[in-house]
Amino acid sequence: MPVTQPPAIRLAGVRKTFGPVVANRDASLEVAAGEIHALVGENGAGKSTLMRVLAGMYGPDAGTVQVAPQGAGALRDVTGWTTAEAIAAGVGMVHQHFMLVPTLTVAENVVLGQELTKGLQLDRARAEAEVRALSQKTGLQVAADRPVSELSVGEAQRVEILKVLYRGARILILDEPTAVLSPPEVRELWTVLRGLAAQGGTVVLITHKLDEVVDISDTITVMRAGTTVERIRTADTTPQAIARAMVGRDVALALDVMGAGDELHAERVERRAASVEGGAVAEAAPARGRDSTLDARRSALEVTGLTVAGARRPNEVDGVSFSVAPGEILGIAGVEGNGQTELLEALAGLARPTAGRIALAGADVTALGVRARADAGLSHIPEDRHRRGLVLDWSIADNLVLGLQHRFSAGARLDGRRIDENARRLVREFDIRPADPSLPARALSGGNQQKIVIAREMTGRDYHVLLAAQPTRGVDVGAIEFIHDQLRRARAAGKAIVLVSADLAEILALADRVAVMYRGRFATVLPRREASAERLGPYMTGAAGAEPAA
Amino acid sequence: MSDATAGATAAERADRRRTLLEEAVLPPLVALAIALVVGDLLILTFGQSPGAVFAMLLEGTWANAYGFGQVLYKATSLTFTGLAFAIGARAGLFNIGAESQLAAGGFAAAVAGLALGGAPAILAVPVCIAAAAVGGGAVGAVPGVLKARFGASEVIVTIMLNFVVLALLNYVIAAHLHVPETLHTPEIAAGVPRLADLSDAFRGSAANAILLLALAAAAAAWWYLFRTRPGFELRAVGLQPDAAEYGGVDVGRVWVRAMALSGAVAGLGGLNYVLGYKHYYEEGFAAGSGFLGVAVALVGRNHPLGIVIAALLFATLSQGGLAVNALVPKQMVEVLQAVVILAVVTSVPEVRRVLRAALRPAAKPAKAAA
Amino acid sequence: MRKLLLLVGALLAVHVALLFVRPSGALEPPSSEGLDVGIVFDVGGRGDKSFNDGAYLGAMRAADSLGARVRFIEPGEGSDREAGLRLLAAEGMDLVVGVGFIFTDDLTLLAKEYPNVRFAGVDLAVANDAAGNPITPPANLAALKFREEEGSFLVGALAALLSRETRVGERAYRPTTRVGFVGGMDIPLIHKFEAGYRAGVRHVCPECTVVAQYAGVTPEAFRNPGRGKELALSQYQSGVNVIFHASGSTGLGVFEAARATGKLAVGVDADQYAEAPGHILTSMVKGVDAAVYDAIARAKAGTFRGGIQQFGLKEQGVGYVYDANNRALIPDALRARVEALRDSIVAGAIRVPAERES
Repeated sequence: MPVTQPPAIRLAGVRKTFGPVVANRDASLEVAAGEIHALVGENGAGKSTLMRVLAGMYGPDAGTVQVAPQGAGALRDVTGWTTAEAIAAGVGMVHQHFMLVPTLTVAENVVLGQELTKGLQLDRARAEAEVRALSQKTGLQVAADRPVSELSVGEAQRVEILKVLYRGARILILDEPTAVLSPPEVRELWTVLRGLAAQGGTVVLITHKLDEVVDISDTITVMRAGTTVERIRTADTTPQAIARAMVGRDVALALDVMGAGDELHAERVERRAASVEGGAVAEAAPARGRDSTLDARRSALEVTGLTVAGARRPNEVDGVSFSVAPGEILGIAGVEGNGQTELLEALAGLARPTAGRIALAGADVTALGVRARADAGLSHIPEDRHRRGLVLDWSIADNLVLGLQHRFSAGARLDGRRIDENARRLVREFDIRPADPSLPARALSGGNQQKIVIAREMTGRDYHVLLAAQPTRGVDVGAIEFIHDQLRRARAAGKAIVLVSADLAEILALADRVAVMYRGRFATVLPRREASAERLGPYMTGAAGAEPAA
Repeated sequence: MSDATAGATAAERADRRRTLLEEAVLPPLVALAIALVVGDLLILTFGQSPGAVFAMLLEGTWANAYGFGQVLYKATSLTFTGLAFAIGARAGLFNIGAESQLAAGGFAAAVAGLALGGAPAILAVPVCIAAAAVGGGAVGAVPGVLKARFGASEVIVTIMLNFVVLALLNYVIAAHLHVPETLHTPEIAAGVPRLADLSDAFRGSAANAILLLALAAAAAAWWYLFRTRPGFELRAVGLQPDAAEYGGVDVGRVWVRAMALSGAVAGLGGLNYVLGYKHYYEEGFAAGSGFLGVAVALVGRNHPLGIVIAALLFATLSQGGLAVNALVPKQMVEVLQAVVILAVVTSVPEVRRVLRAALRPAAKPAKAAA
Repeated sequence: MRKLLLLVGALLAVHVALLFVRPSGALEPPSSEGLDVGIVFDVGGRGDKSFNDGAYLGAMRAADSLGARVRFIEPGEGSDREAGLRLLAAEGMDLVVGVGFIFTDDLTLLAKEYPNVRFAGVDLAVANDAAGNPITPPANLAALKFREEEGSFLVGALAALLSRETRVGERAYRPTTRVGFVGGMDIPLIHKFEAGYRAGVRHVCPECTVVAQYAGVTPEAFRNPGRGKELALSQYQSGVNVIFHASGSTGLGVFEAARATGKLAVGVDADQYAEAPGHILTSMVKGVDAAVYDAIARAKAGTFRGGIQQFGLKEQGVGYVYDANNRALIPDALRARVEALRDSIVAGAIRVPAERES
């Protein structure tokens, strides 16, 4: 079916380099007015760069950018324009990282930069009224007079979108908008976007989640290695075909199939785990979140009444108790910011709990520091690999011994030869690319960076318990597959794994038991068999789930 | 396929090495070139000929043994203070206290030397060296402890300690230890050979065997930072404290250790004057070399080798400033130094990062918030 | 990177081109003809309106009238002092002058090392041997010393006499027997000022008391106007009408206090009237310019000799200012009394102590 609407955006032959890095080479994009267009591709494929060229943040080295002003009418060549010009022409971008002033109210944030004034004063009442009206019209529900610091992540994102719309955007670019949203919030966002498109607005959505692509988009552009490889109508394709185009080869799409609620597959996963592990799953299944039924001697990790004080709430983690058996994956789902980060940091020894007890293989480690816990058999794939997991300016080789430095030294001297050997071996075994251990970690793609962390944490020490926080965030499809495979193997080898993920599909694909964390507590704990997106969703938003009795 | 990959990697590697080299060498060159041109213009505003002034500058420094000896002498102090700053900076700390740490080191060495009286050099010299390291290290450790314990910004603490320590030392000298009609202590017996003892050409120049100690300190600092586990942990803390903490490093302890080490190296710098040159502690002998050390480290990109080179550059400018003083005010040389610093600071990304880190509000100690 | 290389190239090209620019009036380096004099300043450097500027004036006068070619070096602290002197000595200067007692060690060392170069040290400190006799400097090193106590004696007498007047110039004062002194760094050199001042006060007014305070024990005490003002204000408020300062730029604070309270101060080293017109009773001037000029003249005439050279009232090396500016402040009778005292000192009838009574 040909595109019936006239094009609102046309990028052709765009090339953009940053020093030696080529982000875009001969990339193109065409979007018709009034459609929702998904721009998909692996991390580092150049999606964000291309959209920043469109929004005027970067000037392209080569190629042309054409836009129909206000998303309608004839295309005009706007190559190399500025963000201000882009905004004036009705093109607005919502970034992955929010750019809001936390101490200001929603309305103040929205009007920031073009404040309505009454004399020298900000006309707050009028700003709030206008924001409220816009909020009603678009369905982006958020209280105009609340300070942004009090908002949830989903609400903050709505403010970001309102900000762009308030400036008159008719072409809306969203960069990975669902990364921080719970399933119900995602559905709300889809409704809003469909409404905008129905009113003649044009939406470009950057994502790498294929289920979203299928759900929301009219047309799809696939990018790989900086180039546009395919442009298809959503109706004419399948997730498998898109994935193939993204990666350039066939990929097992465990996630998306699982996300669609394929219970058969889930059962298969569980059966496989059970067959490998014997009693572990069987034991875990009736646990229902209370650890009392678990044999304490057999639990690799046992947490009792763990409480961590916090900045946003009195207790970020509020008396959480659970245990994980060898060969079991406990998935912790939930909207981000409900204490998962603090829970894992407390388990790893990075944050000090105010109450509670942590036992590794029966031994109390609550008083131990990070290194002592690690030496006692705790590995940790941290949530934020850029901040915690890697020293970005260091070489791959050095990063592969971070936290293991005492195992790679003789006295005070670092054993450079062993560090090199270790690096060469792991780069090969984990297929870290480029395969040069002297490269700084900063130069690697997200997936390869994560492989460094995983290689280190899963081979560097003889661990019993693995904490895996958001292990596939910002990682491309190919690497996701690899990482999931590693986690399953670790389970098969009898490791106890705590998996925290904002991606419910990931939890459902891997976990044997699923806990939902809400406001510092486990709102529910279900065996995998009883868990589904529909069932867990209400717990994630607090709509369901009695607080577990203390 | 694998061959092709390997080939590309090798080519890329060579490419990257070249890029690294260019990044390391070019910005300082640009800085130097800018400084030269600014210097020319300044000289012209004083109605002098740039050619004559620069010729005189070279003549007074590298072109004769005495001048060169003076350059070496000054470079020795600057190497110590530059290393001191770099050790702190590698741990993410901005140590502006080298001035007082150096003075404290020199003072401790002088006091040790006085206490030892006429003890043989084989005993006295090592004791004085140890005293200098301890003296400087003690002053350096204070801001480290305050940062680790209470989150006090080391920038502020080291600045304030400069005043406190220098005033205290001056008081002790003026009230108790000075030789009448002077601002210095009595001479100590201990000392190390001067360069002039080797060749008469260096007669009068202050350069001395502490120069070798400076080179040894640079080599040791390099080994410590890049080849040992504590150095590995120190650099991790400096680049990403959160990652270091995750890697099982006690960030607060590393801060204290880095500051103590930084202070100790600065303290050794005091030996250049006390053990190598005048054999007494004199009020004000540091003469700003502690502060200039910051510039030396920034221009030398916090790398021991770079610091030795930068120290020679700044020492040349400083000694050259005296040599051309008859033609142009010495402030001209200070302006030149400032231009070099500014040009380097703006052109080297990692220097910008160090500065940003220092200007960022004081980081909280690792586990203060429980 | 290419761009940076180009930039380096372009800058170097500009630099090389500029190297050949030779403006008219550019100074030539010293030559063998004529009298070459090198002067190394103390920390304060030129522009201190006192000590270093005095040396500068003397040297410039010698340049004008004797045709001497003078080079100046302003070192910082520490090792640069010796380096500066050495640089000049190595160039074969006929005379090298170090301005300030801080040069004592360096000059003594260099005088031995360069026996053919003449050296002079303003305020050079002369140590005493075990028997208490001064150790004579080497034959090619002249210690240009001043009898500051003699000048201080005169301003002390003037201050004491004036403090008992009810009216000075246009202003009325409550007579007092308290006179003030603010010293810079607490060292023997400044004690000389205080000793002479006290003696002068006592000589004309036995019942008078001297309030003496020092700004500190470090050289910083010579550069601390804030501290000077603080000390002076407290003295003025305790009833003192006249303060004599011997404290470098710390004295600027004393003048500030005099202006604020409408009282009087006595300047030091050079005529400091302009710092607070109407409030500077006089200044105890130290003829640094005269001493430096004298040393240069002797070098030229071939009559230079080493050793200690004292510049007192007799040699007009010290004195006090009496000119059109402050004539109105000093009654003729007082002026006559002080002049009589000067004559007595010059004649040797009054011996002024150089040390404080302990």
